[in-house]
Amino acid sequence: MARKGSGQKQSGPNANGPNANGPNVSRRNFMAGVAVAGAATAVSPPDAAVAATAPVADTGDTPARRPSALRPNARMVAAETGIPKELPKSHGPDGSDFMVDVIKTLNIDYVVSNPASSFRALHESLIDYGGNKKPEFITCTHEESSVGMAHGYFKATGKPLMMLCHGTVGLQHATMAIYNAWCDRVPVIVIGGTDLDAAYRAPGVPTYHSALDINALVRDFTKWDDQPVSLQHFAQSMVRAYKIAMTPPHEPVMIALDLGLQQEAMKDHERQSIYIPKYVPTAPPQGDSGAVREAARLLANAERPVIVADRAARTAKGTRLLIELAETLQAPVVDQGARMNMPNTHYLNQTARTAALINNADVVIGLELSDYWATVNSFVDNGADDIGINESKIKPGTKLIGINATPLVTKSNYQDFQRFQVLDVDMVGDAEATLPALIEAVKAAIPNDRKAALEKRGEALKKAYADARDRTRAAAAVAWDAGPVSTARLSMEIYNQIKDLDFSLVSSSGNVSGWPNRLWRMEKHHSWLGSSGGSGVGYGAPAAVGAALGNRDIGGRFSVNIQSDGDLMYAPGVLWTAARHKIPILSVMHNNRGYHQEVMHVQRLANRRNRVAMLGKDRSPIGTSIENPDIDYAGLAKSMGYWTAGPIKDPDQLGPTIKKAVEVVKAGEPALIDVWTQPR
Amino acid sequence: MQSRRVMLALAAFAAGMVVGNATGFAASAEKGKQLFLKNGCWQCHGERGQGAVTGFKLAPDPIPFETLQTFVRTTNRNMPPYREQILSNDDLADIYAYLQSIPKGPDPKSIPLLNQ
Repeated sequence: MARKGSGQKQSGPNANGPNANGPNVSRRNFMAGVAVAGAATAVSPPDAAVAATAPVADTGDTPARRPSALRPNARMVAAETGIPKELPKSHGPDGSDFMVDVIKTLNIDYVVSNPASSFRALHESLIDYGGNKKPEFITCTHEESSVGMAHGYFKATGKPLMMLCHGTVGLQHATMAIYNAWCDRVPVIVIGGTDLDAAYRAPGVPTYHSALDINALVRDFTKWDDQPVSLQHFAQSMVRAYKIAMTPPHEPVMIALDLGLQQEAMKDHERQSIYIPKYVPTAPPQGDSGAVREAARLLANAERPVIVADRAARTAKGTRLLIELAETLQAPVVDQGARMNMPNTHYLNQTARTAALINNADVVIGLELSDYWATVNSFVDNGADDIGINESKIKPGTKLIGINATPLVTKSNYQDFQRFQVLDVDMVGDAEATLPALIEAVKAAIPNDRKAALEKRGEALKKAYADARDRTRAAAAVAWDAGPVSTARLSMEIYNQIKDLDFSLVSSSGNVSGWPNRLWRMEKHHSWLGSSGGSGVGYGAPAAVGAALGNRDIGGRFSVNIQSDGDLMYAPGVLWTAARHKIPILSVMHNNRGYHQEVMHVQRLANRRNRVAMLGKDRSPIGTSIENPDIDYAGLAKSMGYWTAGPIKDPDQLGPTIKKAVEVVKAGEPALIDVWTQPR
Repeated sequence: MQSRRVMLALAAFAAGMVVGNATGFAASAEKGKQLFLKNGCWQCHGERGQGAVTGFKLAPDPIPFETLQTFVRTTNRNMPPYREQILSNDDLADIYAYLQSIPKGPDPKSIPLLNQ
């Protein structure tokens, strides 16, 4: 497609036909060669137009029919069936060099990629023309790891990365991670290489690796996609893609990038007029002002208001705003944890009392909840009436307020929008962007005669907070000396070694009963980066490495990852990427030797059906364990350049080992400790 | 291994934690531990019954046997019931003996890592 009319100087046909090594034409001058040489051999050019339509005389009385198409000569046959030779160096600015110029205006730090031929021109331009800076090429061993790294990087830095992949096979590898990013409202600039010109692309593998519409594969869970057909189109699409991805709700975007467009030179007319649009951030959408006032009125007059936050704090500013709202109302906050919304050292973080708070609330405000229905309802997966039990958690008459930008990007196919929940005040808008107006409205709406009541409520919440902390500590102490190590002990041994550092828990994919969020000092927005979003297993390891990369560049942050076994085994090659690019990160394995969610699911169904779950030779139902043989994660990581230790089964060995690993990471290297753990 | 069995039995005995079961025989904490693992109790409650987000704490200090038995047989919550045909009364009694045998952990106030 892009090759036609490329503006290249066209050479004439090779009168000598194909040489011994195949057709002596380049892909670019082949078009001209076919048009002229084909006509010259069969008929004279003036007759050519007639030849295809008019009959000609035969030896008999009946005029012979002319063929409807001219027969190709030998050179054409060879050109159609042979493998084209490599393109010569173009005469003008290369298309992919211009693309790099465009990309550089967006200040993208890294391109995360597993190399592939369909974007070879852009790859070459990025490293040789662009100097491998802004963006720098990060070598990944799997496309899922690439996107996972971009996912984690954004949550650590607030900046998106560009991900390059083959438009077919690479994108298929990447899809699950793109879906996670979609569900987690994280921008990733995905660029998929494709070779659109079916007549001239190389046969065989390159054709397997091209498709009519590669973006279709991810269209259900990307915010926007495009397939530019000119360099000017690319410039507009790239800036538009970045702008759309970075406007809340943040989401991945996709650009299909034709190899022909990458490889060919800029056209003559483009050289005179081409430009790069300036990126100007879009202001995020805010909740309607009337709805904000009504929400404020309800909150200000509520006796038992509850603030529930999930992806409310996109930035550190969001955390400060949430604190201000809570303190203004002296209202408890339930932090559902998709981001670090509310410091757990603040007495108004009452997440430990979620059930009681929701049960007794008279007003609930949900900020960017991924599942409002499940916040105020419960589902018991016991198969009753073939659907399980569905129960309301709230009292009749409880007023429900919501601020959520998700409806702006809701699509039909994938059901990440969850069950439908009726709200009394429902605002479509970005919660963080709406909070300043809501806070001011709440301050204005609080009657003077209620201020003493609010103070009293705050005092009661301080006591409830202290009591809940004591209960949490008591729960953590149970099985403190157990081997395999309890998840509480694991979490606190790690914390003991990093508590004086500016730590960032970059991932905790292993379901350790939430101990870090319950007991670590989580005060900064980067202290906790949340989870995958879509619960697609395989997020933890790459997201942790990506976030650690961002934390490394910001400086001063210590990246720690509680790494589950099943998650790591999806694409362990990301360990090599961390070592290769000197990304300091401490990974401590939560190695419970099973796909534990599924362990419990199978057991549940077996009980329901009055059957004994078959264990085989394992400890958990067949198909759910990761043992026999046990995986040597320390050996695995060591082979890829990590400092490693383990497996550790005795909790008393944890502290000294983690201490050593922390020093390694502080020196700039990745480290991994394998620990055998309790299931959850 | 043998010494571990002896220790478990002694622990159960010393704590007065040998309970009678439906057939009148003394329940075995050692056997109960194996049944606790084999029947998947550990999956949600942890190998020592310490509890997790997936299941309540069962030990130390388990709830009365009758309460536990009623819950196990009739629960309609996320934990599905274990009917007698897949977990006999004798086996449940052994499991209970195991839960009773689990010693109390340290006082949380005595653990420096929980008080920082």
